[in-house]
Amino acid sequence: MNASAHPAPEFKNPVVRWIDQRLPIFTMLHGEYVVFPMPKNLNYFWSFGGMAMVVLVIMVLTGVALAMQYTAHVDLAFDSVERMMRDVNYSWLLRYIHMNGASMFFIAVYIHIFRALFYGSYKNPRELVWIFGVVILVLMMATAFMGYVLPWGQMSYWGATVITNLFSAFPLIGEPIVKWLWGGFSVDNPTLNRFFALHYLLPFVIFAVVMLHVAAMHQAGSSNPTGVEVKSQEDTITFHPYMTVKDAFGLMVFLFVFAFFVFIAPNYMGHPDNYIPANSLSTPAHIVPEWYFLPFYAILRAVDFQFLWFVPAKLGGVLLMFGSLLVLAMLPWFDTSKVRSCRYRPIYRWCVILFVIDVIILGYVGGKPAEGAYVVISKLATLYYFAHFLVITPVVGWIEQPRKLPNSISESVLKGS
Amino acid sequence: MSESANQEDGVIRRDFLAYTALSMGVIGTGAALWPVIDSMNPARDVLALASVEIDISAIAVGQSITVKWRGKPVFVRHRTAEEITAAEKVNLADLPDPQTDSSRVEKPQWLVMVGICTHLGCVPVGQKSADAKGDYDGWFCPCHGSHYDTSGRIRKGPAPRNLEVPPYQFVNDTLIKVG
Ligand code: HEM
Ligand code: FES
Repeated sequence: MNASAHPAPEFKNPVVRWIDQRLPIFTMLHGEYVVFPMPKNLNYFWSFGGMAMVVLVIMVLTGVALAMQYTAHVDLAFDSVERMMRDVNYSWLLRYIHMNGASMFFIAVYIHIFRALFYGSYKNPRELVWIFGVVILVLMMATAFMGYVLPWGQMSYWGATVITNLFSAFPLIGEPIVKWLWGGFSVDNPTLNRFFALHYLLPFVIFAVVMLHVAAMHQAGSSNPTGVEVKSQEDTITFHPYMTVKDAFGLMVFLFVFAFFVFIAPNYMGHPDNYIPANSLSTPAHIVPEWYFLPFYAILRAVDFQFLWFVPAKLGGVLLMFGSLLVLAMLPWFDTSKVRSCRYRPIYRWCVILFVIDVIILGYVGGKPAEGAYVVISKLATLYYFAHFLVITPVVGWIEQPRKLPNSISESVLKGS
Repeated sequence: MSESANQEDGVIRRDFLAYTALSMGVIGTGAALWPVIDSMNPARDVLALASVEIDISAIAVGQSITVKWRGKPVFVRHRTAEEITAAEKVNLADLPDPQTDSSRVEKPQWLVMVGICTHLGCVPVGQKSADAKGDYDGWFCPCHGSHYDTSGRIRKGPAPRNLEVPPYQFVNDTLIKVG
């Protein structure tokens, strides 16, 4: 299903034709985004990848404009952001778009990931698509984390301190690594400068990985809600106009929600303490990361005991947190079922839903102080998170009796199963 | 026969050359990358750490002050007699990071420590008399719940080590120099 399978039409525009003969970019675009065959039964869950892409573009555009006003120095950063909010034309808007854009990016990507989990899109032959996706998630987390440090408020400073200190958990190399990350003895001006440099760089790396993600996906074609592969042309529609119109509608609804946050509740997903300038002598009573990090933060804190005899509590938490992303990346190899879509998996569909509930619970306790019942809940939920990948997914794959698959996408659409 | 032996010989020599060239390339690239990596380490001006002198004459018994050193808070506490006895009485076997109180102070009434939780680097509370001081009457880190005793030793919670004692000396009875 690669570009060469869809020969381009004779382009009418002579300039287009001239360029295309020398660099077949229009042929490529025509093959991948105009006549590209899409399964005809895609639902709106398939629109979130495109939405995430649009948010990425918005983040780069607003980010570059903000960078023109921003000063990466511990004495000036906070005030330069306040100046944007008060004095620079429309900078308040750009900043609110950028701030809420980070949240909207994670909303789109988390739903996009849920789609893959439920419909089994990660399975053979799309494992690499999936792994590139997890790489994008990790890069997004790094980017958003460093961006949040830039306004140099209390949450910026203490979030940066706690997260960089995680690396001190590694024996021997831990302390040198942390000093190297900081460029000093604590989070300070060198740290802010390098975070700004990396925050500017990483989104472009994300772009590159998105290209790989999409290229790998076009090799196998999109998956679909039945999980049955495309068998004939009957099963497909062309990308344009069918998907472009559908995605455009989904995007409009998404942008509407985005605009609601930007204009009506711009600080709803943020934390008020970040409007207090950073103070290295006093930690806020209750540090919480941004909402999109909470499930992972809960996993990090869940380990407050010695793990076996050689892993101290601090290291255990760090390993589990990284491990939670690793098992996610390895999911295609834990899933033993031949059937892709949960539509035809009577047991596993509930497992996926329980898993989502588990992640929501983790997110909830991650935002609460680590005391009392929250500690117990976070431990159980962490245990379940890993059990889902390491035990439940392979075992259900073996014992489950899947429902009968339709012979083709067309059959399922016509019979409405 | 002799020809094939020769060929084999040739293949092996070529492989050797190829591997040598490749390893030299890898080593060379690594060496070229090192300056980039090392430039991110603390710079000379950062390392030339200023030391601070702290006047302790105004700190009454039971009071603490916080001073900034290397960008970090340093706690100086004028301990009460009860705090000192409590710290000295502790059975070392009860401590996650066993250290005697006397090894952590120059003079028992003055406790000087870096006020950074050894878990993930928050500043514990307990400097002001109204602060929560944790289960052991010393300091409490609200970030993930670490409790420190009146000698700044970790007693409960995720932190692995006692609060660090920085290098310091008494210049005279009312002046200490940290760093
Ligand atoms: C993957 C895309 C990106 C994400 C997820 C992201 C995320 C963030 C976040 C969460 C903040 C903190 C906002 C706040 O609380 O004030 C931020 C700030 C900032 N970002 Fe980005 N960003 C991205 C791309 C970029 C790019 C490409 C640039 C520059 C070319 C940029 C420049 C800035 C600047 C200058 C700030 C500081 C101003 C401020 O705090 O509002 N960002 N970013
Ligand atoms: S930083 Fe103090 S308990 Fe985690």
